[in-house]
Amino acid sequence: MTFWEYLGSRHQQLLADAYQHASAVFQCMVVATVIGVLIGVVTYRSEWAGNLATTTTSTLLTIPSLAMIGLLIPGVGLGVPPTVIALTLYGLLPIVRNAIVGLRGVDPALVDAATGIGMSWVTRLVRVELPLAWPPILTGIRVSTQMLMGIAAIAAYASGPGLGNEIFRGIASLGSKNALNQVLAGTLGIVVLALLFDAAYVLIGRLTIPRGIRG
Amino acid sequence: MAETSGTSGASIELEHLTKRYPGAAEPAVDSVSMEIKAGETVIFVGPSGCGKSTTLKMINRLIEPTGGRIRINGEDVTDIDPVRLRRKVGYAIQSAGLFPHMTVAQNIALVPRMIGWGKGRIGDRVEELLDLVGLDPGEFHGRYPRQLSGGQQQRVGVARALAADPPVLLMDEPFGAVDPITRDHLQDELIRLQRELHKTIVFVTHDFDEAIKLGDRIAVLRERSHIAQFDTPEAILTNPADDFVSGFVGAGAALKRLSLTRVRDVEITGCPTVTFDDPLQEIFNKLRSSGTHEVLLLDGRGRPYKWLRRGDMMRAKGSLARAGTPVSDTVTRDATLRDALEAVLTDNAGRVAVTGRHGEYTGVVDMETLMNSVHELLEADRLEAMEHQHELEEIRADRTHAEQEGAVGGGRTA
Repeated sequence: MTFWEYLGSRHQQLLADAYQHASAVFQCMVVATVIGVLIGVVTYRSEWAGNLATTTTSTLLTIPSLAMIGLLIPGVGLGVPPTVIALTLYGLLPIVRNAIVGLRGVDPALVDAATGIGMSWVTRLVRVELPLAWPPILTGIRVSTQMLMGIAAIAAYASGPGLGNEIFRGIASLGSKNALNQVLAGTLGIVVLALLFDAAYVLIGRLTIPRGIRG
Repeated sequence: MAETSGTSGASIELEHLTKRYPGAAEPAVDSVSMEIKAGETVIFVGPSGCGKSTTLKMINRLIEPTGGRIRINGEDVTDIDPVRLRRKVGYAIQSAGLFPHMTVAQNIALVPRMIGWGKGRIGDRVEELLDLVGLDPGEFHGRYPRQLSGGQQQRVGVARALAADPPVLLMDEPFGAVDPITRDHLQDELIRLQRELHKTIVFVTHDFDEAIKLGDRIAVLRERSHIAQFDTPEAILTNPADDFVSGFVGAGAALKRLSLTRVRDVEITGCPTVTFDDPLQEIFNKLRSSGTHEVLLLDGRGRPYKWLRRGDMMRAKGSLARAGTPVSDTVTRDATLRDALEAVLTDNAGRVAVTGRHGEYTGVVDMETLMNSVHELLEADRLEAMEHQHELEEIRADRTHAEQEGAVGGGRTA
């Protein structure tokens, strides 16, 4: 069976896996973005808190993903929970770091001006600091998403959803006639998804970065 | 805070205002007390690091004072909610501090939006303010700050500070980052604005010439914001309180005196003017009948365009487009005599056209007018200084007299 014939015969299964893969990454990204930006907002003003947040999240990233999922299984069981937790944790680092860098990079004169014309700190954050820090934050989200696309494949190890199942099935049956096709289909599927997401981010950037600060 | 009408400022009283940073041996600002009258422009001037900016920022409590009181229009604002305070105090800073992700209109609309004005009212106000600071609303409304020149940004910054019509305007070296020519224009604009609005303005600068030009009163500050002298520009120029102040005033006090007088204060003469629509014959007639040897050609909007002389008309064979010398420089009625002198000196015929708010012709200033005015000014200053000297001597004489009497009296009771 050629690769194309394989795709033809399994397209429903593959599409379902791809959808679940994308959906898992997307949802985890939303959660990671919200948490990451919150951590950034809470910590960026203090030197040590910001550094602590960056160091903690980057330490998390050094844990191999397979080990992380393996460690989570005893606590939360198999399936979706370890997948979501692991993906969210991994997604945090680039977002937290870019949020802190972005928020700290806002010209102090502008912060001074915002306070000086009578903005409360919430207004200042929402109307001035976050919009100005948004381009680097969005870059962080993009990097995170690319990373999670790959890591999500490992989730199949914990019976999680997604295209990883295809890859693991292929690896498990190495030598059988469809093994290579399965691995290839899973991998290419992830690459295609990653490209589609990236295109979506370019569009989001166009729509959400104000014209006045677009490079 | 008492509700102030749109065109008048509020008084500011600083009482032993002090800022002490933790760990520092000396306070950054040490017990500053001053009274600023409503509608007055007060300039804080002093060397870098003297605490003038810190003092300014304590008025809207961007920097919280560690001691002393601040009263605006009699109301103690030292402990009120700083956000509420700042919405009543306009604030303009160096390089304007415009938010780059918002359009000019959005930047100006910020404060009115925060205090809950309606959409229509905000829209009208934005247009009004752009017009007030000399920017065409149609053209600049939707632009982003990066699409503006430094001077234009600064105008928008001032418009934003004025948006909700605050009685007090704080300006922290607002014109520090623009080129000298633009700075000059912006200073003129501020003078014009202030004459219309009568806000209470506190303005920080390290440029003494700027202080002379803009201030009703100048506070010369030395380290830790100690007031070396707080007086009118004339008094500081003619009677510096001590060596520190005279060092700051610098050389050329007579020339600086020129910066204190405006073109509007001297006699502006007229000159015959013609427009493009006038028939050539009439232009000739005007030249002949006026007794001067030149006329000023105005463009379609009444702005000075070219100087025409008799010979020019002949040489150009009657075509207005080719004849005459283009007007290279003009001054507004708010320009200082110093600017006017500069313009007159660089003009080959020794005169400069004076223009109104939209660049339209209003008159001419020439060398003779300037010389006469300067002589009068210096004479008046000299008389004043002599009178002051005389008063001082009298006081001293009285005191000596009183002391002598006191000594005699003391002897009697003993």
